Amino acid sequence: MDKGTLGAISTVLVAIAFAGVCWWAFSPKRKKRFDDAANLPFADEPDSDTKQETEKNTPSTDDVARRN
Amino acid sequence: MSSNLVAAGDHPVYDYKVVRQFAIMTIVWGIVGMGVGVLIAAQLYWPQLNDIFQPYTHFGRLRPLHTNAVIFAFGGCALFGTSYYVVQRTCQAKLFGGWLVPFTFWGWQLVIVLAAITLPLGYTTSKEYAELEWPIDILIAVVWVSYAIVFFGTIVKRKTAHIYVANWFYGGFILTVAVLHIVNSAAIPVSWMKSYSAYAGAADAMVQWWYGHNAVGFFLTAGFLGMMYYFVPKQADRPVYSYQLSIVHFWALISIYIWAGAHHLHYSALPDWAQSLGMVMSLILLAPSWGGMINGIMTLSGAWHKLRTDPTLRFLVVSLSFYGMSTFEGPMMSIKTVNALSHNTDWTIGHVHSGALGWVAMISIGAVYHLLPILFGRKEMYSVRLINVHFWLATIGTVLYIASMWVNGIMQGLMWRAFNDDGTLTYSFVEAVQASYPGYLVRFIGGAFFFSGMLLMAYNAYRTAQAPSEEKTQTGAEPQAV
Repeated sequence: MDKGTLGAISTVLVAIAFAGVCWWAFSPKRKKRFDDAANLPFADEPDSDTKQETEKNTPSTDDVARRN
Repeated sequence: MSSNLVAAGDHPVYDYKVVRQFAIMTIVWGIVGMGVGVLIAAQLYWPQLNDIFQPYTHFGRLRPLHTNAVIFAFGGCALFGTSYYVVQRTCQAKLFGGWLVPFTFWGWQLVIVLAAITLPLGYTTSKEYAELEWPIDILIAVVWVSYAIVFFGTIVKRKTAHIYVANWFYGGFILTVAVLHIVNSAAIPVSWMKSYSAYAGAADAMVQWWYGHNAVGFFLTAGFLGMMYYFVPKQADRPVYSYQLSIVHFWALISIYIWAGAHHLHYSALPDWAQSLGMVMSLILLAPSWGGMINGIMTLSGAWHKLRTDPTLRFLVVSLSFYGMSTFEGPMMSIKTVNALSHNTDWTIGHVHSGALGWVAMISIGAVYHLLPILFGRKEMYSVRLINVHFWLATIGTVLYIASMWVNGIMQGLMWRAFNDDGTLTYSFVEAVQASYPGYLVRFIGGAFFFSGMLLMAYNAYRTAQAPSEEKTQTGAEPQAV
């Protein structure tokens, strides 16, 4: 196998791997799980829970200002 | 002094002692490393400064001391400290490893002290960013393996189901740096402080720059991206913009970075195909780099107003802007024809510092300002105004530094390649040095700005640690420098 063929095969394999990672990350099935994971930095605080997520969906400046 | 072990709600007790030690040494080594940097910048403008105590204070001996001190001492302590903090908080588990934890701290400090002694004495392997001789290299390997055991051991005993993305970046950085260090430092010792590389010729050069570029890609990028994925959401008080994007960001970044090192060897004895591969991989690298930058900056969407009042957050966000800038500049400079102009000029030094000062140092400083009040059980830093002054000193210093090096670098490249009609060189080398003189002064001033900001930070940290602790928090959670 010459260098060109090797290069072509590895390019295709990497492209498939990349598409696979994207599909895995962005599949709607896993959306909820990743949204929970995104809140991990706040999970070990006493007043954490889901407030972070709801806040992100309704970015009201007032809300944010009040908490400051 | 707050207690060394801090309880967070009903979660396990965290080990904050080692985090506090690393956070303080981040500031100390930052001052030392940047101080040496300002000194060698001054030496280029006032050459007589080389003669303070010859041969130990010669530029050639202090320059590796500067790079080792800022990368491995300042940056290294910031990475150790923040990774120990983040892995505990996001795994909700105390650090694993028992005595290995203090061993990583004291072992790493010993490495730094040994570097500060041997480099001015002239002991060097001559491999850039891997100058330390083989006995120190062995100590580094031992400390690093202990670090990996502590970090991954903590992940194994985590209480959470998921491993947060910051830990993926920290973990990738720890594993890859272990492999890079061990492979590139392979050498045949001939005496206690002298060894020869296990590789020869172009292969040696390729191994060195595979190591050298991935020291940038994993030590100075992946590790600090781990920092970004924890401290930016935390300081902005909202989750990262897209967790899904962060997963694609991680896998794309680590699988592409590892191939880019060959761009340091354009037009060298390295085979042409390897040079081209390095260039193409460097160009592709723009995509994951900017994906990560956008993910970090967009975390602030809906909370931009916080930048007005929170200089710590400003440090973190501006560091991402510099990251975006230098990860655009890097792929551009890796294009062979651009590299033909930029190679060996001050442009390269400017590029490195837009990443090192703008990205690495500023995100570390932001993270440490976030950490210090928590680690010392205070509500906020002693003076938030001083953080703001520090922010502007750092930003102006970085801009002065990189702008002067752009001018110098492009000018040097153009002067070196200028030919007369009869084929002779238009300028001698020393003419290009003379023309660079004003730029060296501006660079010195920019560096001094950045350095003075670090002194303010040390004062602010000292006063924060000394402040009466009536605001001691029992939970260890949430006191922020707002």
